[in-house]
Amino acid sequence: MTPERMLAPMLSLRDVNTHIAQYHILHGVDFEVPRGSLTMLLGRNGAGKTTCLRTIMGLWHASAGSIRVDGRDITRAETPDVAQLGVAYVPENMGIFAGLTVRENLLLAARAAEPDAKRLDWIFGLFPAIKTFWNALAGNLSGGQKQMLAIARAIVEPRKLLLVDEPTKGLAPAIIGNMVEAFKELKRTETTILVVEQNFNFARSLGDLVAVMDSGHIVHTGGMDALAADAALQTRLLGFSLDAHQ
Amino acid sequence: MTSAIASPPRDAGSTLPGTRLDWIPLALIPAIALLALPLVSSLPTWVTLSVAGLAMGMMIFMMASGLTLVFGLMDVMNFAHGVFISVGAYAGASVLTRMTGQMQAESVLSNLSAMVPAVLAAIAVAGLLGWFFERVVIRPVYGDHLKQILVTMGGMIVVEQLIHVVWGPDIIPLPRPATFTGAFFLGDAAIERYRVLAVIVGLAVFAAMWLLLNRTRIGLLVRAGVENREMVESLGYRIRRLFVGVFVAGSGLAGLGGVMWAMYQESVNAQMGMQMMVMIFIVIIIGGLGSVVGCFVGALLVGLLANYTGFLAPKLALGSNILLMVLVLLWRPRGLYPIGKG
Amino acid sequence: MLARVLSGDFPRSRALAVALVVILVGLALAPFIVPGTRSLTVAAKVCVFVLLVASYDLLLGYTGIVSFAHTMFFGIGGYGVGIAMARMDSTWGALAIGVLVSLALSAVIALAIGLLSLRVRAIFFAMITLAVAAFFQILASQLSGITGGEDGINFKLPEALRPATSFFEATFFGVAVNGRLVSYYLVFAVALAFFLVLLRVVNSPFGRVLLSIRENEFRSEALGYRTVTYRTVANCLGALGATVAGILYAIWLRYTGPDTTLSFNIMIDILLMVVIGGMGTMYGSVIGATLFVVAQNYLQDLMKFASNAAQGVPLLPNLLHPDRWLLWLGLLFIVCVYYFPAGIVGKLRAAKEKP
Repeated sequence: MTPERMLAPMLSLRDVNTHIAQYHILHGVDFEVPRGSLTMLLGRNGAGKTTCLRTIMGLWHASAGSIRVDGRDITRAETPDVAQLGVAYVPENMGIFAGLTVRENLLLAARAAEPDAKRLDWIFGLFPAIKTFWNALAGNLSGGQKQMLAIARAIVEPRKLLLVDEPTKGLAPAIIGNMVEAFKELKRTETTILVVEQNFNFARSLGDLVAVMDSGHIVHTGGMDALAADAALQTRLLGFSLDAHQ
Repeated sequence: MTSAIASPPRDAGSTLPGTRLDWIPLALIPAIALLALPLVSSLPTWVTLSVAGLAMGMMIFMMASGLTLVFGLMDVMNFAHGVFISVGAYAGASVLTRMTGQMQAESVLSNLSAMVPAVLAAIAVAGLLGWFFERVVIRPVYGDHLKQILVTMGGMIVVEQLIHVVWGPDIIPLPRPATFTGAFFLGDAAIERYRVLAVIVGLAVFAAMWLLLNRTRIGLLVRAGVENREMVESLGYRIRRLFVGVFVAGSGLAGLGGVMWAMYQESVNAQMGMQMMVMIFIVIIIGGLGSVVGCFVGALLVGLLANYTGFLAPKLALGSNILLMVLVLLWRPRGLYPIGKG
Repeated sequence: MLARVLSGDFPRSRALAVALVVILVGLALAPFIVPGTRSLTVAAKVCVFVLLVASYDLLLGYTGIVSFAHTMFFGIGGYGVGIAMARMDSTWGALAIGVLVSLALSAVIALAIGLLSLRVRAIFFAMITLAVAAFFQILASQLSGITGGEDGINFKLPEALRPATSFFEATFFGVAVNGRLVSYYLVFAVALAFFLVLLRVVNSPFGRVLLSIRENEFRSEALGYRTVTYRTVANCLGALGATVAGILYAIWLRYTGPDTTLSFNIMIDILLMVVIGGMGTMYGSVIGATLFVVAQNYLQDLMKFASNAAQGVPLLPNLLHPDRWLLWLGLLFIVCVYYFPAGIVGKLRAAKEKP
């Protein structure tokens, strides 16, 4: 790897615009996710966070601007090509295949070869439920178990970049605690992670960096600590709703 | 090491249901058969009717299975699916009518030496037409249901006319192979030989599809794609290629069903596919759009019911499948085996 | 005045306006311009199909729903009149009963289909209507005691509409003023009137809501329109239009049967006419129906000539065989769906806007 590529961020968006049908959703989004960092993408409902992730994945195409992953331009790339570059995506609805077993869900996510026992044991360590319900239909899992499966699926093979859309959505506090631990473990593997989140406590306990969106723009970027310490800034960027969140 | 994921990990106790087959709709098949027995009142007649119904159901399944998979996978409803049936029948007939010697010989091997090439020709020609159809007619209208319906109807008109151009406007008579003509007796029940053949071929097709879908990686991809296409792409798979494969295979199967049906009817005409379409739609709606198992169960139910009512109340027979559809939809509005769209 | 008759929906193209006027005048004076039974039947068929196709366009073009049950409603009209006239006596009273009963039946069935299945997706609706139409076809052939089965019903019209009824001894511009002439003008006038009604419907606020639902269902729903209600009403109006067309066709033919009303081939003809003429334009139904019926009756002569001329070239004579005229219309249909969604009418209007 050339030194420039090493220094280049894992993910960078430059002036990305996205239209869905006749609606203009992203109005020039600019931000970067440095290698090995966990970046939180925050913002109110409808700010464009999910659209942002979907545009990176190529599920919607940017009408202007450019997106680079690990130095490669993927602005016009199709979804499978983006995934093959090493980008894993956990959508907001988790995208679990309900009619497939837990095992089959993981088998499908392992593209290169069947994952070895060591990797599986590591995943079972993160999410014991996966082991317990190995042969159960994924559709019969609880919401929290589904979320664990969705994340397990994303990391069943080593990936460069993880895009996770609201991993805490609809989860009970105890399970959110598990989730925090799992992400902390993931951070130790130096995987680059971008998480869209509404739950500020969750975001604060994990994020290295933060980007805040509003109405299709990035309105703030910086360290998570700085934002966590600045209540006035939080209120201005995110409104009061986040404090009420927990 | 490599088999780590294939076998369950130690102490993997699954307390959640893992079986994926809902047996209640499946039980409807023997239930209807048993219900018909006292009504038909003669055991031999009942056996004859049941075999006829199963044979008909198997052939409908061959014709319908591709359509339901294509819809499940790509959200495309091909109203021209019927022409693949007709084209397969014509292609098969072209081979069979040139091999009358082998067809008339009183030897199974000799008959098969004509039927196997005919079936292969039917699958190949229908599959090839399917490939062309997907590229030229359907590809530009993905995601637009209204245009899909219109364009595939247009394609149906054109291909039906082209059949006339290539094979002529007249009905082609197609005698059954000698050793599969007539019936044998099981006790007092007359069983047509060809129907037994149809049941065997249908079971083989279903078994092959089931194994392919449940025991191979491609099958895994297809099942996942039917549920959530976007997620399969997000996992790094090019579903388009998979879809073309399924479309071609489905068209080929329709061609197989077509030539089987043609030998059953002992004639071929250009409208035969379209005439089957109503029944095929009913079958895949009953089964649950996108479900192969549902399509199989639906086809057998329709086949059996058509034969029983044909005997008990001939006037009702043609409408029986529509009544069945209404009843099934009242019970399960999304069909017997609804596919969970994620 | 003209604006009111046309509900403010002008042809917006000189070529189209000329074509429409030619067709209108042609149909109005058909008995005088093209005497002879075959030509008059062609003209009457054009009138009936303009109405039939226009009522289908209300569904397909303006509401964005694909129904394969349109021939069923066409058939209900035909059979309603046929059964009433054959069972009762051939009086105006029996005719009126047939008309009213078939209209009521169509409205009820359309309402039921709409309420049950218009909530679901377009594809599902198309498949369900196909099955229902097939069921109705079976019903008509099975209940042969009432419907005449495959043979259909021949019946007598009220005195004034019978061909043998002559009103004047003398001819009028060389045309005998008989029941046939009266029948023709009845068909022409009723078809024209209902066409104008449909034109009024699509240009009313109701029609604009339909269009907005077709364009964006979510948005319309968000704006507070009950889309299922609007679609169901449109479905009923379309069904009633088809029923009236069926009544007129039966009156003209003095016959009704599965091949003239219920056949799936007629459904395909309707699709060809509406798409080639132009979906969502109303005038497209006039152009489409005229073109199609004329082609059906006269294109074959032309193709026979071409086919004979192409003798010796492989396949070409078969492709140009008179019976293959549907092949060429089918290709035109596909091209229209891809490239000219507004069909001939859309093309004519676009040509006008360019310079």
